[in-house]
Amino acid sequence: MNMQTFKASDGPGPAFFSFEAEEHEAGASTMLGFWIYLMSDCLIFAVLFATYAVLGRNYAGGPTGRELFELPTVAFNTAMLLVSSVTFGFASLSAQRGKIVATQGWLAATGLFGLTFLVTELREFAHLAAQGAVPQRSAFLSSFFTLVGTHGLHVTVGLIWLLVVMAQTARGGLTEANGRRLLCLGMFWHFLDVIWIGVFTVVYLLGVQP
Amino acid sequence: MTRAHHASAHGAKDGGAAHGAAAPHGTTQGYLLGFILAAALTAAAFWLTASGVLGGPSTTVPLVLGLGLVQIIVHMVFFLHMSPRTEGGWTLMALIFTAVLVVIALSGSIWVMYHLNANMMPMTPDAMRRMP
Repeated sequence: MNMQTFKASDGPGPAFFSFEAEEHEAGASTMLGFWIYLMSDCLIFAVLFATYAVLGRNYAGGPTGRELFELPTVAFNTAMLLVSSVTFGFASLSAQRGKIVATQGWLAATGLFGLTFLVTELREFAHLAAQGAVPQRSAFLSSFFTLVGTHGLHVTVGLIWLLVVMAQTARGGLTEANGRRLLCLGMFWHFLDVIWIGVFTVVYLLGVQP
Repeated sequence: MTRAHHASAHGAKDGGAAHGAAAPHGTTQGYLLGFILAAALTAAAFWLTASGVLGGPSTTVPLVLGLGLVQIIVHMVFFLHMSPRTEGGWTLMALIFTAVLVVIALSGSIWVMYHLNANMMPMTPDAMRRMP
């Protein structure tokens, strides 16, 4: 289609539809599509945050956040997730430079930090349950476990996905498809760290305020 | 940035360029700078809460929330490589749309529910005793 200007009287007139299927590179729209998935996931967390903001101070005579939360544990977990974000960044950089061993190594490090986060969180949940702070105790605890648990579930899925991508990279090398998978997983992983900022700020740091 | 971009092992033909900077890349320095900024912001938020230097929640809460917001932006820029040019601006557009929905959901829920609490019919002691 040439882009010359033409008068309304001559030629076939402007075309409003293109009936020819356009050529798209394989995976050209993957990143944008995955980003839109992340945004929809963000809305799930927004609703859970809103629920917590409304119910977070309804203790029903049960334990309060000030009594339950241990900030050193939360700080440790925050550090784990932040460091895992950086190690994943290094994995992405190694993959772009085609260094497969370094990529796998950084991915393994990311997995270890993520696993540490998850184990610490589960121990915290068990510790809370041992004190009688179970989800059915109060509206505060219901919304707390739903919000923090959903984030923990995402981290679990991220860890499984990490293992899958490592296996795929080990089998097929740093192909274009595997690079794309790594990029998507990276967005997912960094996104989980962003959500965690909201969790430790709103749930823990504001939760221990009198 | 550009050096890592050209040396990338994407096997990117020039076709990828039609979608703008299709795959945003970081640098080692970028990740480290993001890490230092994020760690400093996190430490500041935890220290403000744990030490209680500001006295009461009325000053601590807004400041801690502000620090969290700044850290989210730091993560978006240095780790997620958000820029107005990515995917021809569509990722930023989706982000802005999501942010609008998040603000509506959060502020709307908090506003409505707090007013609902205040405007509920007062409960008699008798009714309270017979609550399930």
